[in-house]
Amino acid sequence: MLRLLQIEFIKLWNNRASKVLITSYFLLLTSIALVAAIKFDIGPVKFHLAEIGIFNFPYIWHFNTFITAFFKLFLAIVIVSMMANEYSNKTIKQNLIDGLSKKEFILSKFLTVISFALVSTVFLFIVSLTLGLFYSDYNEWSIILSDLEFVLAFFMKLVGFFSFCLFLGILVKRSAFALGFLFIWQVLEGIIRGLIRWKLFDKDTTEIIMGFFPLQSMFNLIKEPFTRLEAVQTVADQVGEQIALNYQVHWYEVLIVMAWTAIFIYSSYALLKKRDL
Amino acid sequence: METILTVTNLTKKFGSLIAVNDLSFTIEKGNVYGILGPNGSGKSTTLGIILNVVNKTTGEFHWFDGSSSTHQALKKVGAIIERPNFYPYMTAIQNLKLVCKIKEVSETKIEEKLELVGLLDRKHSKFRTYSLGMKQRLAIASALLNDPEILILDEPTNGLDPQGIHQIREIIKKIASQGTTILLASHLLDEVEKVCSHVVILRKGVKLYSGPVDSMLASHGFFELRSQQKEALLAFLRAHHSFTKIQETDNMITAFVNQELAAEELNKALFKEGIFLSHLVKRRESLEEQFLQLTKNQ
Repeated sequence: MLRLLQIEFIKLWNNRASKVLITSYFLLLTSIALVAAIKFDIGPVKFHLAEIGIFNFPYIWHFNTFITAFFKLFLAIVIVSMMANEYSNKTIKQNLIDGLSKKEFILSKFLTVISFALVSTVFLFIVSLTLGLFYSDYNEWSIILSDLEFVLAFFMKLVGFFSFCLFLGILVKRSAFALGFLFIWQVLEGIIRGLIRWKLFDKDTTEIIMGFFPLQSMFNLIKEPFTRLEAVQTVADQVGEQIALNYQVHWYEVLIVMAWTAIFIYSSYALLKKRDL
Repeated sequence: METILTVTNLTKKFGSLIAVNDLSFTIEKGNVYGILGPNGSGKSTTLGIILNVVNKTTGEFHWFDGSSSTHQALKKVGAIIERPNFYPYMTAIQNLKLVCKIKEVSETKIEEKLELVGLLDRKHSKFRTYSLGMKQRLAIASALLNDPEILILDEPTNGLDPQGIHQIREIIKKIASQGTTILLASHLLDEVEKVCSHVVILRKGVKLYSGPVDSMLASHGFFELRSQQKEALLAFLRAHHSFTKIQETDNMITAFVNQELAAEELNKALFKEGIFLSHLVKRRESLEEQFLQLTKNQ
């Protein structure tokens, strides 16, 4: 297993584009800390983002995992091209001839995906913990350690998304087209949602059905955190609006994403096995 | 004799096209094999199948004694097919280190193999800066990293300039002289003739012949003769029971023999008859002539 990871590491780390993307991804993850520095001080309007409670435990877990998940696109590019380049350089052929089995090949890619997700998660955990310890109003361990399921959900979300990218890379074999496909798929899910809502079901049923689609299911893992913010709720209360709070991570959502991950990885393997190179 | 590769009834279909048809052959340790055939005769497909990158339709093959899986066996094989494939953004050394990881061998041989193919002074250059000849030589170095039991080369001189072709041939000869088994696919007959002891001949996916180069045709070769006493010579040859066919082309007489006949003996016999030769050469048909004859007969 270590050998497979080392193989991928050599391939990735010697590639300048990948190196730049990976580095900037982790810099961006860290840069979420800079949000704390956002301060408006225009005469009577005083606004300090860190002080409206976004860094309070346990809310910070929810907020940071939701926001940083958008940066995953950086790694998506790396993963799609690490797969597609094997085809365009024909190095996949050489790897197999040199004695890597097809199973090992897919496994080495999947292990890389897991490592990316794991390192991101650990990184995010440390950044959030540090930020929280600085700015949070509550610093009891029981509060700090609550809602940690968001961190787990973040990990699952990344693994699922990266597996999707991996599969697209193998399916399409060209990085640009694979990324385009990813974008089209996103649009497609939107269109399907519209169609179902328009012709078939009511809002709630549509949401349930959409929850089974790959990208939507990954998005569902961590719901938007903004309405949960105390400040926002106070405003909502004042205008007489009741915001229904259902922001937890549900076990069945995790299950759906895990199922998609398995499907993507297995399909990648099946595709590779079936194809003549 | 130790068997390295056994192929039995191998067939590959691409849709309705049959690329390899019921092919069987074995590769024994220590010989240099050539797979011969015109373009599109199924050479590369056959190599692709035994190297785990093309799926077979039916049939079997196994490496060595068949006890380990194909990808494990491939770690003891060195192979280059068609174009050299490496990571263009990595240097020669980095690429070879990667191959070492895949083959699970130590990195100690990298310098030695780079030296063998004459790339030591360019070891820190990125692969994409290499010329085609250098790429091909790096591919050979990479294939040799594990000191393979067998080296498989598919059209190794394709697209190279004369100098590059010469370099590659020299390297192949050097490797063959060290006792490594080699399987060389080519459509260049003189290339195969120069290095191979055994051949497998394919046409349209069908095997026409497999065995030693010498016994490809049941032929004992022919004599090329020249003499001032042309008529006497011709009369002698026609009367001699060893000759089957006699051809006359501008002053040169070509006589084919149907049994073993040494040049000395013929010379002696002619001398006794008072016929003196100005030219005497005993030759075998070149591989090209044999190949054309073989493919014509089918």
